[in-house]
Amino acid sequence: MGYDWDFATILQNWPVLWVGLKGTIVIFLVTVTLGLSGGLVVGMGRYSHLKLFRWPASTFVEVFRNTPVLVQIIWFYFAFPLLTGIEVDPFLAAVLGISLNTMAFSAEIYRAGIQSIERSQWEAGKAIGMTYAQTMRRIILPVAIKRVLPALTNRGIEVFKMSTLASVVAYVETLNQAKLIADLNFNPIESYTAVALIFFAVLYPVVQATYVLERMLRKSDM
Amino acid sequence: MSEILKIENLHKQFGDLEVLKGIDLSIQTGETVVLLGSSGSGKSTLLRCVNFMETPSEGRIYLHGEMIGQQTAGGVRYRELELCKLRTRIGMVFQHFNLFPHMTVLQNVMEGQITVLGRTRVEAEDKSRAQLDRVGLLVKADEYPARLSGGQKQRVAIARALAMDPDVMLFDEVTSALDPELVGEVLKAMRQLAEEGMTMLVVTHELGFAYHVANRVLFLDQGRIVEQGEPRQVLKSPDSTRMREFLDGHSLFKLPD
Repeated sequence: MGYDWDFATILQNWPVLWVGLKGTIVIFLVTVTLGLSGGLVVGMGRYSHLKLFRWPASTFVEVFRNTPVLVQIIWFYFAFPLLTGIEVDPFLAAVLGISLNTMAFSAEIYRAGIQSIERSQWEAGKAIGMTYAQTMRRIILPVAIKRVLPALTNRGIEVFKMSTLASVVAYVETLNQAKLIADLNFNPIESYTAVALIFFAVLYPVVQATYVLERMLRKSDM
Repeated sequence: MSEILKIENLHKQFGDLEVLKGIDLSIQTGETVVLLGSSGSGKSTLLRCVNFMETPSEGRIYLHGEMIGQQTAGGVRYRELELCKLRTRIGMVFQHFNLFPHMTVLQNVMEGQITVLGRTRVEAEDKSRAQLDRVGLLVKADEYPARLSGGQKQRVAIARALAMDPDVMLFDEVTSALDPELVGEVLKAMRQLAEEGMTMLVVTHELGFAYHVANRVLFLDQGRIVEQGEPRQVLKSPDSTRMREFLDGHSLFKLPD
């Protein structure tokens, strides 16, 4: 093999990658916030005993869980404007695709968490006069979310990596910028390796931090 | 004494199974009524109908002379909000404590006061500390439930219910899940409560508690009250064969005097 690695051009183009990384972080923050909070709403809908809430929530989950995110992004960018006349820029298309998919997946995580709470906790809330909403908010969700935190963390990591899909509509993020560097400098090996390294360098410490957080939250379970 | 709770012709059906077959019961303010009966007799269901953890299939319940629910052509209808309000006036303690695991002891007792009654934090905390002191657990205020013994958990559950200032307290086999040596501390807290004049409806297998603390004992069998009266009379010389069999079963291996 004997390939001569040469990262000099990567380092020279660091400002280009930096712009991309900022783009990655922006789209991550937006999609993870929308995805995980929207997922909570959909998840509660899935759990509801009222058809009015359960049925739309279930349809939503099935549609967005069973279609590829990449296709959704492309669809929102190319098909949606043609159908509705509403212009969609690359950022919005990517945000829609990734957020909706994340909502669908995290909804199922939240629902599983809520379902894992013993019925007796509902009764305890009820017995002191709490409404369904109060019991959900004060008693069920805090424990349910704590239980599914590892699964949610996993989702978050997934979302961060999914942000690279936004490059398909030329949203300025890390992979998109690396492609640019590779095309100009004919160094795809170094460029794409750099992307992998950047993602690892960002994610690894974050994941370690979430482990610490989980341990801290487990305090009340001793 | 005045009537605080009245139950009229209460029926409860789960599918094809009729658990309660017409219960009539009147409870006076300050009374401690113990419900006895073997498992499946309907005693827990009766208790759970009083605060509408179960919705009665038929019949009426009155608190302070006011009927709960609205009478319609198709029977009595209940609105959820009305029931939530009602439950703040009727405290309940469960067999398995059901404390909130993510809250400290103090937070457990404060929760309903703040979220449901809208009391201020200061007010709720004062009240909670007083109630915890009353059950002898003020020192555990900042512990999480997982760190407490069963008996301590149950006393916290009692404090949590009392902090809402209920008119009536329901106890659903509250010592059945406890180690034998922890039963006493819970019964003592309940006895103290009864002596302070709380109106109590107690489902239990502790015949000693019924004998010494209750003003009245009811014996349920197959969804009906088959025997009731003063504890001395009901527990010592019951009229019905079912009650005698029940008592015999309980004292099969009694220590000799």
